[in-house]
Amino acid sequence: MKAKHQRLTLAVLALVALIGAGLLAAFALQDQANYFYTPSDIVAKKPAVGKAIRLGGMVEKGSIRHEADGVTVNFIVQDGAAHQAVMYTGITPDLFVEGSGVVADGKLTSDGIFVADSLLAKHDENYIPRELEGIDMTGNMTKTDMLVE
Amino acid sequence: MIAEAGLIALWLAAGLALLQFALGAIGVRAGREDFYAAIRPVAVAQGALVALSFVLLIWLFLRSDMSVALVVKNSASVKPLLYKFAGTWGNHEGSMLLWITVMGLAGAFVALFERSLKVKTLVTTLAAQAFISLGFYAFLLISSNPFERMFPVPPDGQGLNPLLQDPGLAFHPPTLYFGYVGLSVAFSFAVGAMITGDVGPAFARAMRPWVLGAWIFLTLGITAGSYWAYYELGWGGWWFWDPVENASLMPWLAATALLHSVTVLATRDGLRAWTVMLAVVAFSMSMIGTFLVRSGILTSVHAFAVDPERGSFILALLAIYIGGAMALFALRVGTVKEGSRFEPISREGALVANNLLLSAILGVVFVGTLYPLLVEALTDEKLSVGAPYFNLATGPLALILVAIMAMGPLLRWRRDNAKALLNRISIPIVITAGALFLLVLLTTGMSVLSLLGLALAAGVAVASFAPLWKRNLRRTPLHTYGMVIAHFGIAVALVGMASESSFTEEKLVAAKPGDEIIINKWKLKFEAIEPVAGPNWTALEARITAQYDGGKTVEIAPQNRMFASAQTQTSEAALLTRWNGQLYVVLGDGDAEGRWQVRTWWKPFVMLIWYGGILIALGGLLAIIGRLRRGYLQRKQKEYAELML
Repeated sequence: MKAKHQRLTLAVLALVALIGAGLLAAFALQDQANYFYTPSDIVAKKPAVGKAIRLGGMVEKGSIRHEADGVTVNFIVQDGAAHQAVMYTGITPDLFVEGSGVVADGKLTSDGIFVADSLLAKHDENYIPRELEGIDMTGNMTKTDMLVE
Repeated sequence: MIAEAGLIALWLAAGLALLQFALGAIGVRAGREDFYAAIRPVAVAQGALVALSFVLLIWLFLRSDMSVALVVKNSASVKPLLYKFAGTWGNHEGSMLLWITVMGLAGAFVALFERSLKVKTLVTTLAAQAFISLGFYAFLLISSNPFERMFPVPPDGQGLNPLLQDPGLAFHPPTLYFGYVGLSVAFSFAVGAMITGDVGPAFARAMRPWVLGAWIFLTLGITAGSYWAYYELGWGGWWFWDPVENASLMPWLAATALLHSVTVLATRDGLRAWTVMLAVVAFSMSMIGTFLVRSGILTSVHAFAVDPERGSFILALLAIYIGGAMALFALRVGTVKEGSRFEPISREGALVANNLLLSAILGVVFVGTLYPLLVEALTDEKLSVGAPYFNLATGPLALILVAIMAMGPLLRWRRDNAKALLNRISIPIVITAGALFLLVLLTTGMSVLSLLGLALAAGVAVASFAPLWKRNLRRTPLHTYGMVIAHFGIAVALVGMASESSFTEEKLVAAKPGDEIIINKWKLKFEAIEPVAGPNWTALEARITAQYDGGKTVEIAPQNRMFASAQTQTSEAALLTRWNGQLYVVLGDGDAEGRWQVRTWWKPFVMLIWYGGILIALGGLLAIIGRLRRGYLQRKQKEYAELML
């Protein structure tokens, strides 16, 4: 193989790999880019039942209900405009309290409940899950709530 | 006075870095040999002074000097000594000082011990290294002085984030920084060689130990970070595709590619321009990693926008270094002469495939990590890209890469033929096919990726030893053993990953004292719950006895810890390791009826993930020792031959 040809082949290969990776990334992103939903997004965009999504918002005051089995918790996540019922079986994070910000990975079921596989609450006084920052929490949140947090 | 002394040492070191850069730049331009001679001691002095400054900061932390703002914010007088020590770099200013210290020491090391490179290239390399350092000195001295005093002096400090109070994590950031900085040295070498037009085997051999060293530290750092996340967060997962994790994975991917291409350059004098390019990319990834972690952009794009000083500084440095290097590359790539050629089916060909696949994976991770930040910064729309994306996009590429990894070492340099390769690799192929057949037959519900991963790992584990086949084991060079062990480590880690994701069993119950929990062959008995106290925390501790398959009873004690100074809770998982897996127990909250949530996992062969990581690093270590030893012996031989003349 001549030097020029070799260089060309390598360049073409690199290009193919790059385009391949780009396509793969684009394909996967297309499927997953609208991965994050607020309760309002769920109302507006209606994600398919069973699709893995991430839900974020604030835990509504007075909505946390523990079930009799001792490990399942039901609560409502709100973003000021809409509400979403969530069911989670597992150990809740340390800072999971009413009014706290929460990000949950899971799926919507056919009866409209979001079943979470994992919960993430804001885990120290300086940290808010990135997706929650800036969401209008006017629903039940007041300035003092924010300050207390 | 210690704080002032530290600051003075830092300023002096910065001044020396400027001198080092000037000596190198002017010296090379004007061809002044006397400047060449002066640059080495300057580099050594710079390293010594910045190290002194860092040692003084450690001292301030150890004696809890509460007149220093940084100590107040990140330490407390009632804290175990280890965390006072580690607290030095558990914060922005301290970690930046650590970075620049490691960089200064690396420069001193190059100046003292590098012998094989042409003097002019070495001087240019040291100047480039000083130029990079200068940016970080400016950053520290202008916007994040670690030695700032505080007045009035508060009675005590605010403590270190409890999640960080863990022996493993104490040494995690330095490990990663050694890796990042090692890549900065490789970058400086690349810049030096580009400027003097000296890209060739000698340059590759000089750069290789640094790439290897950086890569070993990154491997260890990622392995340790993953294990830390696994046992400290209490979620049972070992990799979350969190941007902070990706920030360490991206330089590792680039370094892995560089490690392989530099070998082609050193042995066969091929892939010249590509290797230089990769050295630039690898350091860019280190800088991007630092930017992501240090700018605060991850917690909030808006917080970054409100207080952009730090982030912008790193971003500006990034733009200058990378933009500069790319421009230099574009200008000088024409002068990098064509390396020697090879056929597609050859060792070089496999290494090119390795490089392309690693770059593709790197691209995929890069897009997934930065795309959400970019979209949010531009459109204010929030996105998150999570595990589904990364697994889907990187998984298939990684499997192809592993398959090629099994073949590469069995190929000859320059040219080989496919039939001969097929012959050599027939046994691993049969093993993979057999494993696949058995897995499909015996298991249900395994994901395609795990299925292929496990089957492939079985074949690759065998194939990785094939390079030793029919060789005189005593005369096989150490670096070949290194490669064999590192490749075997990949197979081991792959088994751990696939096994963890496919065969993990989980049980979640609300248990009263006296209750039994059965998971796999484990019988757990929840005995009692008791309050306990540590030096700076109190905790609720569950006493649980565990018995595996009728064997000996062992007591374990998962805790829920409450830290006094930060009002934070952490859960301390209890782990029991057996040869075939790990039992993982987490204690949750109690309820009004006196029941406690207990979450247990049985994770078969999960430790192989980290054992694999350690093997990979060990392989790197053997390779670096072998290479350095051989270089030393060859130099001695040459000196001896010259003496004889």
